[in-house]
Amino acid sequence: MSIFSLTIMVIGFAIIAWFTARMRAARLRPVTGERAHSLPGYHGWYVALWLAIPALLFLTIWSIVMPGVVEQSVLLDPAAQALPASDIERSAIMGEARALADGSLTAAFNEEAEALVPAYQEASRFYGVIGIVATLLLAFSCGAYAFLRVRPDFRARNRVERVVMWVLLIASLIAILTTIGIVASLLFETIRFFERISILEFIFGTHWNPQSTTFSDDPGSFGAIPLFWGTILIGAIIAMIVAIPLGLMSAVYLTQYAPAKVRSIMKPVLEILAGVPTVVYGYFAALTVAPAIRDFAVNVIGVSNASSESALAAGVVMGVMIIPFVSSMADDSLAAVPGAMRDGSLAMGATNSETIKRVLIPAALPGIVGGVLLAVSRAIGETMIVVMAAGLAANLTANPFESVTTVTVQIVQLLTGDQEFDSSKTLAAFALGLVLFIVTLLLNIIALGVVKRFREAYE
Amino acid sequence: MNTAIASSTARQPTDWNAGPMQRRIRARYRAEKRFRFYGLFAVLLSAGFLAFLLVTMVSSGARGFTQTQIALPVNFAGSDIFLEPSQLEGEDRDQLLAQADFQGLAQQSAIAAYGEEGLDLLSNGAWVLLRDAISADPTLLTRNETLWVPASTEVDFAARGDSGAGQSEERDAMIVRYAELDAADQVRRTLSWNFLTLADSSDPTLVGIWGALKGSLLTMTITLLLAFPIGVLTAVYLEEYAPENRWTDIIEVSINNLAAVPSIIFGLLGLAVFINVFYLPRSAAIVGGLTLALMTMPVIVIAGRNAIKSVPPSIRDAALGIGASPVQVLTHHVLPLSLPGILTGTIIGMSRALGETAPLLLIGMRAFVATPPSGFTDPATVLPVQIFLWSDELDPGFVEKTSAAIIVLLLFLLAMNGIAIWLRNKYEQRW
Amino acid sequence: MNNVGDMMNDAMDTHAEPIADAPLVAPDTLKMTARNVDVYYGAKQAIDNVSIDIGMENVTAFIGPSGCGKSTFLRCLNRMNDTIPIARVTGQIELDENDIYDPSMDVVQLRARVGMVFQKPNPFPKSIFENVAYGPRIHGLATSKSELDQIVEKSLIRAGLFEEVKDRLNDSGTALSGGQQQRLCIARAIAVDPEVILMDEPCSALDPIATAKIEELINDLRGKYAIVIVTHNMQQAARVSQRTAFFHLGTLVEYGETSDLFTNPSKDRTKDYITGRYG
Repeated sequence: MSIFSLTIMVIGFAIIAWFTARMRAARLRPVTGERAHSLPGYHGWYVALWLAIPALLFLTIWSIVMPGVVEQSVLLDPAAQALPASDIERSAIMGEARALADGSLTAAFNEEAEALVPAYQEASRFYGVIGIVATLLLAFSCGAYAFLRVRPDFRARNRVERVVMWVLLIASLIAILTTIGIVASLLFETIRFFERISILEFIFGTHWNPQSTTFSDDPGSFGAIPLFWGTILIGAIIAMIVAIPLGLMSAVYLTQYAPAKVRSIMKPVLEILAGVPTVVYGYFAALTVAPAIRDFAVNVIGVSNASSESALAAGVVMGVMIIPFVSSMADDSLAAVPGAMRDGSLAMGATNSETIKRVLIPAALPGIVGGVLLAVSRAIGETMIVVMAAGLAANLTANPFESVTTVTVQIVQLLTGDQEFDSSKTLAAFALGLVLFIVTLLLNIIALGVVKRFREAYE
Repeated sequence: MNTAIASSTARQPTDWNAGPMQRRIRARYRAEKRFRFYGLFAVLLSAGFLAFLLVTMVSSGARGFTQTQIALPVNFAGSDIFLEPSQLEGEDRDQLLAQADFQGLAQQSAIAAYGEEGLDLLSNGAWVLLRDAISADPTLLTRNETLWVPASTEVDFAARGDSGAGQSEERDAMIVRYAELDAADQVRRTLSWNFLTLADSSDPTLVGIWGALKGSLLTMTITLLLAFPIGVLTAVYLEEYAPENRWTDIIEVSINNLAAVPSIIFGLLGLAVFINVFYLPRSAAIVGGLTLALMTMPVIVIAGRNAIKSVPPSIRDAALGIGASPVQVLTHHVLPLSLPGILTGTIIGMSRALGETAPLLLIGMRAFVATPPSGFTDPATVLPVQIFLWSDELDPGFVEKTSAAIIVLLLFLLAMNGIAIWLRNKYEQRW
Repeated sequence: MNNVGDMMNDAMDTHAEPIADAPLVAPDTLKMTARNVDVYYGAKQAIDNVSIDIGMENVTAFIGPSGCGKSTFLRCLNRMNDTIPIARVTGQIELDENDIYDPSMDVVQLRARVGMVFQKPNPFPKSIFENVAYGPRIHGLATSKSELDQIVEKSLIRAGLFEEVKDRLNDSGTALSGGQQQRLCIARAIAVDPEVILMDEPCSALDPIATAKIEELINDLRGKYAIVIVTHNMQQAARVSQRTAFFHLGTLVEYGETSDLFTNPSKDRTKDYITGRYG
């Protein structure tokens, strides 16, 4: 019986318990003739929760623990003595045996795996039965215990509400768990990476050429400076050159000059730019923009080595995608400047543009800068546009018509293809991920801090 | 106090009509006009980019919904397929159909109709149409019939008419041949549902997005089932019950940070934890769903908090005053009133998840999946990843299919966001 | 400082005769005139057929209950109502006999010649120096840095603020106290060398001491600029102005010499307002 059907069964029992307990609570009348403390429904919930929660908790833990227990017992089997000593091969064979045993694989690559299959099936069956029996036993015993406590003066509602509180708290803790999970997994793998490759070479090295260790022992070089530079060139320089003027001036026009109807149409249109999936942008960049830029560079400007995967193509398209981020932050910041400031400037005979340039924008500047920082953070974390439009060559060049690569492209590249989880290539991807995480986190914290201080100044 | 005023020398009153002053004022007005123009230009340019993108996608993808078909006269009665219509009414009709050599029949018919090169004109999957036609109407077995079957990639390419000329001799020859066939009304281009019902394939004329759509559907289901309850419960906790202490601050900071983390990091998390620690099957919808759920949850929390925050305290006070418990206040009053806002935020979060590609690449949902997934643990792919994989294909026939897939994706997103906006406008209450 | 109540009592006792008919504003000191001015906000009429003369020598006060249109009318005099899309102004308003609503009249110039001080002090988030230098900069009134310095210094002196800030001209203008901020705004307005200064309830956000300083300042500035002050404080109007206009429900009910208006108003509505029958 699968975990899924067992879960459904437990839930089914819980529903039955709900109805039965409620009926019982409704029938039992209080001794002194007062009103019962809790509505019958709460008694129903009380029993149902007692039945379901311990059982499902046990089931979850068991389903996590069981594969390990099964493996341990299989290793005790005599057929397991024939397994090779190396960890990697051993786990590969065990994995195959596991897949054969539960039917997802039909033919084996290794003979030893086939020999282990009976042991696997035996152990799975045995422990599976234990799991089912224990779960159902737990469910019934806890349910019965709760059922017997149903009485008119029993404060079921309070108990149930306490459970609800706990559920809410645990749900919120998932956010922390996720953050911890991200940091821990990145950190863990990165530390393993830096056991093999020196951290100085990683941060300051200028040669990026990771090799697969399947065919040679040389791990290659992991100097990440070309990646950092590529990321900055595309995301922080070219994209911002496109996004900041267009975003800021759009916000200025829509807040200061545009009639209300135009604003109500154009503002959503700009938001749509943010809603287009990045894979679409990437395809558009590769299909239309990159060839156009290359033709332009070769024919009009005469740059001979212009690549069809230029940094300029990726950067321009990314800049277009970022426009709404800049413009919406600038819009909010400009709107937060008190109207009295605008009136004061106009009353002195300043034109609209002078007011905007000399009073409003300087007053809104912290908010605008915060928006730009958030936009940069978004740009450097962007993957698909650069994967599809920029290249894989770790070039250290300032020429925007050449092809460069970025941190995110390399993360995807390193994890493509089948390699052992332990190889330096895979670990390098996590190291890059950690760098990316830290940088974007810092940018976001600084940006939000700047914006918050700015908002407080005007409140 | 102002003795200084009497002693200060009077200033020359400004001559507003002097030449230099008038010129300066005119220059200022010109600067004003220019500035206003720059603003308008920026808005129009941004909108223009969007329009350019959409027009490019639609124009290159519209053709992807069509199929080039060639007329194939098939003599079922005189063929090698020895089946009677009555045989196909039994239980083993699928087996019988599978055993019959429709492929050979198709090839023979093609050679009979168009000569030796007839094989080049037919798509590799053309025979499937023969089988489907028989399955739909077994009486075909007794007679001759001309069926419209999918044509090969080369014919399809020649049918485009605008490109491909001069690239190779075979191409040019095919273009000529196509013109002849067209003149004889033996080829046609029709709108076909195939794109939406077929799964992935290596032949661009036989390719469809059904596999990817199903994968997206399964993945989105898991994402919604996980992210919505956790997100709403977290939002409720933070807004209603959380005490003012360090733990609450940490939770809030975590959520705000998670909302800003690049999506590829979630892919790394999924790889490290779900695949390598929990041994979940690589490339399955459940892993994709889990990863995207973690990514979407903060969005729902933030939207949920805003929605709950906007319910005025007066309503809570009124409910508490009657003697409702905090949980009752929540379930009977606060949640129903904030539900539209929560739903809007959820839909927007889900539409973001639908378009995500990078994290799913890392957990392996990039396999070539020729049969659509039937469960949550089968290898699957999602629509944006499918688009990405097709964009890498060398066969130029994939360009229009990729653009067509993009059109489908954009339509889905448009529908979702449209619903979100409609929800917001209809149920938004101003307190 | 006169006490309105005392004035009223004196008037009631002696039944003083109205002063012989002299024009309220001497023709050679006439600065701005308004004739038959109506203002509409959308469909709602805010000002109904107002005509008035403003002169150089006297401080003119606009009084009336809240919502009577005095601020609205004040904003017509420097065309600040142009910034409100639904506002429509008809009639004739002239500055030195030039119609300010004529298309050939340059708004930018007009607003430099007719300055405004607002109810809530609104210094720019710049330094004190930059606040005052803003106007001369954009209008190009100073040809050199030292000229600009002089203009700023003179404006601050004239506004009575220089002594208090001369050592910290680079400090932020928003760091000053309320009263100082308002004097900074007055200095800012003075810096572009206006001919008229409009003040929209300049003291209503200030404490009594700051208010007293501003009123003293107005007294000092009288005669150098034509000053129009809107106030809901009748005693203030009595203290600082020589001509007072009483607005009610968008119409100009009475316009006369301040002392006359407060001691012997000719319209009953005026009398009711002044005696506090309604606020």
